Amino acid sequence: MGAEEASEDARELERLLAEDGRVEPTDRVPAAYRRALVRQMAQHAHSEIIGMQPEGAWIESAPSLRRKAILMAKVQDEAGHGLYLYAATETLGVEREELLAKLHAGEQKYSSIFNYPTLTWADVGAIGWLVDGAAIVNQVPLCRCSYGPYARAMVRICKEESFHQRQGFEILHTLARGTPAQRAMAQDAVDRFWWPSLMMFGPPDADSTHSARSMAWGIKRFSNDELRQRFIDMTVPQAEVLGLTLPDPELRWNSERGHYDHGPVDFAELARVVAGDGPCNAERLAHKVRAHEEGAWVREAAAAYAARHGHQGAA
Amino acid sequence: MTAWEDPLWEVFVRARRGLSHVHVGSVHAPDAELALRHARDVFTRRQEGVSLWVVPASAVTASRPEDRDAFFGPAADKTYRLPTFYDVPEGVEHL
Amino acid sequence: MTTTLVPGSARALLALGDDALLASQRLGWWISRAPVLEEDVALANIGLDLLGQARGLLARAGELEGRGRDEDALAFWRDAPDFRHVCLVERDQRDFGTTMVRLLLLATWQRELYARLAASSEPGLAAVAGKAVKEVAYHVDHARAWVLRLGDGTEESHLRVQRALDAEWPWVSELFDGSWLDPEVVAAGVLPWPDELRPTVLGEVAAVLARATLRLPDGLADGLAPEPGGRLRGRHGEHTDELPGLLARMQQVARAHPGATW
Repeated sequence: MGAEEASEDARELERLLAEDGRVEPTDRVPAAYRRALVRQMAQHAHSEIIGMQPEGAWIESAPSLRRKAILMAKVQDEAGHGLYLYAATETLGVEREELLAKLHAGEQKYSSIFNYPTLTWADVGAIGWLVDGAAIVNQVPLCRCSYGPYARAMVRICKEESFHQRQGFEILHTLARGTPAQRAMAQDAVDRFWWPSLMMFGPPDADSTHSARSMAWGIKRFSNDELRQRFIDMTVPQAEVLGLTLPDPELRWNSERGHYDHGPVDFAELARVVAGDGPCNAERLAHKVRAHEEGAWVREAAAAYAARHGHQGAA
Repeated sequence: MTAWEDPLWEVFVRARRGLSHVHVGSVHAPDAELALRHARDVFTRRQEGVSLWVVPASAVTASRPEDRDAFFGPAADKTYRLPTFYDVPEGVEHL
Repeated sequence: MTTTLVPGSARALLALGDDALLASQRLGWWISRAPVLEEDVALANIGLDLLGQARGLLARAGELEGRGRDEDALAFWRDAPDFRHVCLVERDQRDFGTTMVRLLLLATWQRELYARLAASSEPGLAAVAGKAVKEVAYHVDHARAWVLRLGDGTEESHLRVQRALDAEWPWVSELFDGSWLDPEVVAAGVLPWPDELRPTVLGEVAAVLARATLRLPDGLADGLAPEPGGRLRGRHGEHTDELPGLLARMQQVARAHPGATW
């Protein structure tokens, strides 16, 4: 593509964003906008899918049938949400299969949080409360992002996810009021998931490579640090209701700022986990690849059946 | 392992009787029968619908963004098609 | 809800509740492991339907039993010999073909059974069955769609699903076994004789298998499931050696905290 054409695309995008703030699939947009979108949506979709594993591992061991049903429905939602997001990337002409291949090859990322293990039942509660809580803070602004199919998928996802955080909070609330062992389990889970949840908002603004451009393009609406602060402000009072401690001695209300001050997030750890050196990176990816490979014969069978009986599938 | 290229199907849901089917997203499936079942499982888990359509994505013909002015611009200056175009004397009802 | 005072009713509901619970437990394994993402969602839906049935049936069984056991007491605090499900549902199913064949067998049987139980004299059972009959009709539809595609798909899928069918087949007879059932329960109109369901269920299964180009197992063409013979009988509390492992996984958290609420 010539430089002239590229700058014309950039002007067209500027015009669209200025006129109604929304871009739709067939609009003419710069390749860089498209690449940034695909990267962000794919990472988001992959996170939903890999995110099924840490909690999914507890479906078979949920301690009551009510909890088992809730968890099964929640992990199912994550599959659904991954699907909505892959469908949104398809509107940019990127096939799901292509994205899965990149995920499986380690060429595309998913959220670092899912590389931490779930060691006890209380972790299911901590994930719902903290991880889904952080995800919601990240996602709500995306309901107004500039790319129409992504924004619409996010509206649907946010609506469905409103129960995810509540069920996590409810698990921890019950444990915190349970036996001493249950209470200890809840505190331990919060201790382990608090800092990784803060890392979900990404590196500090000063080090965030794509932030400024993404903001201008309307595919990101608030900075990493703003969202992180919003999450902390929202979560501290909830921890008090739970009667659980957040593992940060520096956490205190700053009336001048109107926000909670907090201790430093270990971004070196975030970098390590993102680079593949987290506790469960290899395990998560291997699980996903194995499932995909072991399902190949099923997909091939369905394709062969359709080829033989017609794609209308009259059966 | 061979490549997997299930066609894409656009999904439309009727939320309740009396309303139109509305586009909600898409699913992959090798044929229409599975596409319909996948659409049911993925898009109606919370009682969102009473009827479903699946349409091969390849069957949709769309207008092009660059045709927007030629297609949709000419309607802009014909506001006499709208009831608010007309002055109605005060006191006239049921008009 | 009025309590039906037919002895043996509680045990009958327990058996059906255990069928649904164990089938759901095995399906739970699949979530995050299905061949396509859409199928993760589908299998979870089916698992949730079965879990809902299990909860309704176990809760009512507990009421009828009158020993103060609720659904969780029954699910998490019984040992293997006290479970009364058919062995069909307790075995591992990490192969998609096995999962779909087993679902076809179970759901076809459940649909026929629940359709009759909707008119059961036991009101709790009738209520669960009346709702569940629509759910299992969808399960039959789903299993049928996949068995057709696997049976009549590729050479490999045909071989695999045929092998799965041949392995599941010996476990089918137990669905029609009434040796565990108190005759009074049947006489009072709580449950039909299981054997009455045999012709319809096997006829429907045979039709799907034939359409899927699969070789019908011995006796199926004549509406006969294999004789129970020396097989283990889950309805009598005799299970395969796969059950203890399943229960250990299912019950581990609950049992580590006696008396806790969740």
